[in-house]
Amino acid sequence: MLARWRASFVILLAAAPAVVVLLGLAGAWLTPAGDTLQHQWRYLLPDAARNTLILVMTVALGAALLGTALAALVALYEFPGRAFFSWSLLLPLSIPGYVLAAVFAGSLDYSSPLYSWLREQFGWQWPSIRSLGGAALVLMLTLFPYVYLIARVAFESAAQRYLEAASLLGRTRRQATREVLLPLVLPAVLAATALVAMETLADFGVVAALNVDTLTTALYRAWYGMFSLVTAQQVAGLLVLAALLLLALEHRARSWVRVREASGPVLQRRPLPALTAALATLFASSILGISFAWPVMHLLSWASAHLTADLDARYWGYFVRSLMLAGLGALLIVSISTLFVYARRNAVGRIARVVAPFATAGYAIPGAVLAVGLFAPMTQALPWLQGTLFVLFVAYITRFFAVGHAPIAAGLARLPTALDESALLLGSRPLERWQHIHWPLLKGSVAAAFVLTFVDLMKELPITLLTRPFGFETLAIRVFELTSEGEWERAAVPALALVLAGLWPLKWLAGRMPHAT
Amino acid sequence: MRFGSCTHVVSTVLAALGLFATLPSSAAKAAEPVVVYSARNEQLIKPIFDRFTAESGIPVRFTTADAAVLIERLAAEGKNSPADLLMTVDAGELWNASNRGLLRPTRSKILEANIPATLRDPGNRWVGLSQRARTIVYHPSRVDPRTLSTYEALADPVWKARLCLRSSKKVYNQSLVAMMIKARGETATETTLRGWVANLAAPPFANDNQVMEAIAAGQCDVGIVNTYYLGRMLQKQPEFPVKVFWANQRGDGTHVNVSGAGITRHARNPAGAQALLEWLSAGEAQRLFAGSNMEYPVNPNVEIDPLVRSWGSFTPSRINIVEAGRRQATAVRVMDRAGWR
Repeated sequence: MLARWRASFVILLAAAPAVVVLLGLAGAWLTPAGDTLQHQWRYLLPDAARNTLILVMTVALGAALLGTALAALVALYEFPGRAFFSWSLLLPLSIPGYVLAAVFAGSLDYSSPLYSWLREQFGWQWPSIRSLGGAALVLMLTLFPYVYLIARVAFESAAQRYLEAASLLGRTRRQATREVLLPLVLPAVLAATALVAMETLADFGVVAALNVDTLTTALYRAWYGMFSLVTAQQVAGLLVLAALLLLALEHRARSWVRVREASGPVLQRRPLPALTAALATLFASSILGISFAWPVMHLLSWASAHLTADLDARYWGYFVRSLMLAGLGALLIVSISTLFVYARRNAVGRIARVVAPFATAGYAIPGAVLAVGLFAPMTQALPWLQGTLFVLFVAYITRFFAVGHAPIAAGLARLPTALDESALLLGSRPLERWQHIHWPLLKGSVAAAFVLTFVDLMKELPITLLTRPFGFETLAIRVFELTSEGEWERAAVPALALVLAGLWPLKWLAGRMPHAT
Repeated sequence: MRFGSCTHVVSTVLAALGLFATLPSSAAKAAEPVVVYSARNEQLIKPIFDRFTAESGIPVRFTTADAAVLIERLAAEGKNSPADLLMTVDAGELWNASNRGLLRPTRSKILEANIPATLRDPGNRWVGLSQRARTIVYHPSRVDPRTLSTYEALADPVWKARLCLRSSKKVYNQSLVAMMIKARGETATETTLRGWVANLAAPPFANDNQVMEAIAAGQCDVGIVNTYYLGRMLQKQPEFPVKVFWANQRGDGTHVNVSGAGITRHARNPAGAQALLEWLSAGEAQRLFAGSNMEYPVNPNVEIDPLVRSWGSFTPSRINIVEAGRRQATAVRVMDRAGWR
């Protein structure tokens, strides 16, 4: 077992950068900043807060239902295309939210060819996609794979013997699923949903592309429009409070359903009756269609005109740098998350216990605010770091720690402590226990954590923009360069490359995940 | 679990990071490079910087991001900042940077001769390098241009459900409103904006392209955009049914913003940065800088792109562009009060 102080040290070290940023945000509330906040409070914040609340709730609920339903289908039943869907339903993750928003606005708004044609031919009208509902739809479609992936790992590592026990007790398969399996995967679903909610809280790309006012747009309005970074930080403080509240809720909900499981024979998938199987295939393909195939086709049609002009040898560089940053960043985050989760499993000092939840709060802070909040103290304290990628990786870890943490924490929570204790009684050494007992049960969760962070980092923009060395361009930065003056069609080329680059890790993960195929 | 094995992994990874650190190059001693922090995007500046290097032998290194973020970076780096030049795509951010003491004054006869005084900082801390005209556009078959006159006139109820605007979050609209406030005061401007909001045919759009597409598709008849967006649209579709109308020609002139630059307070190579600015303000460089994005040159002696010229000449606003920055925060408040999202 980790010595108590070592565990505390791990937690404090992992949480340190987040604490620095959060202290900065707290400090903003003590800084006089004129009456910008009062102005915003009077004219913007009530509506913005209401929109944010509605958005977070709808997206969280929608993604939770959609993700869990798809995970259950893929993990528990046999239907045509199941093996394909099991990995391809992760693909929507590789499409940045702001790209999906632009595609939806471009293909569903009043002036789009499709809408124009339907309007002229049949007189059809529908509500604008540039609305709160549109933003909720886009965010749900880009974020549901978090829930899908984490819930699927949970379903697939659930032991067959629970279902057998339930059927011995006279439960039908459906009852057994509801009464036995759902409580078992609920912690994972809750953890993933908390991630989705935090990502929605911090989202700027989607709401800006669809011009919906939320707390993040109010924050950027104060900073960019009114030159008041302090007010922006004050609003970011509100976002963090909301995130901490969410995390506390999730923690509480998880403790209600604390279920430990033992290893055992893996779940047997059951074939569905023909009609139901066809419906399952239809359901999975339509979700994949609107969240991935359609935007990719749209990007292809945009890109086709610019492919020859824009696609050249530089793209190898963008590609390699994107993969390198995301791969290394994900590796760091997953390693630190694993250590962190283990450290938290042990008894730790009071300070560490209090500080631990803050480590994951960075996910709710919009990237640019976090990047600036970390960049300033770090460059002032350690000016010799200039021009290195150190600040960039520290900022990545601070912002995306939650993404790596959630799957691993949920995975470890399913392992009974009795397992450790019996192994300890048998005189095993810590590394042996990790190698022979925890790792085989946890590797699916670790792989899931790696892929989620990897794909998130591939899409990451504000931190990379601010902290990269000179001339260091990635695919996401290329998208930014082209869209910053509205050149969406040209931006489709790097956006597609971004999707492609995300493709193989997702496919690779599918092959590595336990019982994935 | 043994802690030591994991710290080993982490330290190996951290060591690997060192490999990717860019070390200050010692080879560039021949000519000190100019380092630029730019909010103007890579594809617009890189070809021009390359040309500058070819002509002058001075290398240019640059990084891009949003201006507000670059300004925070400059402020955080202080004396240690590698940046010599801050380049933005609007005057507001240059005003903000100079207001925070991040830019230094530079007296240059060349800049003063090449760039009209209204497009330069009165304190000589920054200059405009290209003009971005923001004016009225309309659908030629649904709007008679004789019914158009000023920005303010679009608040008239005859335009009810016929006007499309971009979001007030964009600095281009904030600058326009700031200059309106300077010309007419806060109250009158707020009344105008309320009229605009009441006339909107659709919720405000996220970019100027969407505004023009909405006009073309018949969702609305008039809008306000930066002309270079129309230029790009016309390059792709020469028949695109949206025309330019030069606003406020009988009064205070059409609103122009600038893409510009200023030398940083702690520049290590101010002479190189000044050489780059002076080079950009004249001749072929000036034509390329503006022309590559269908903007207007600041230097009146430089030729305008033929497509851009086809929209006719116009009288730009005579108020110094510094006011766009000075009044930007007020402009945002007025927009908030008027309900322009």
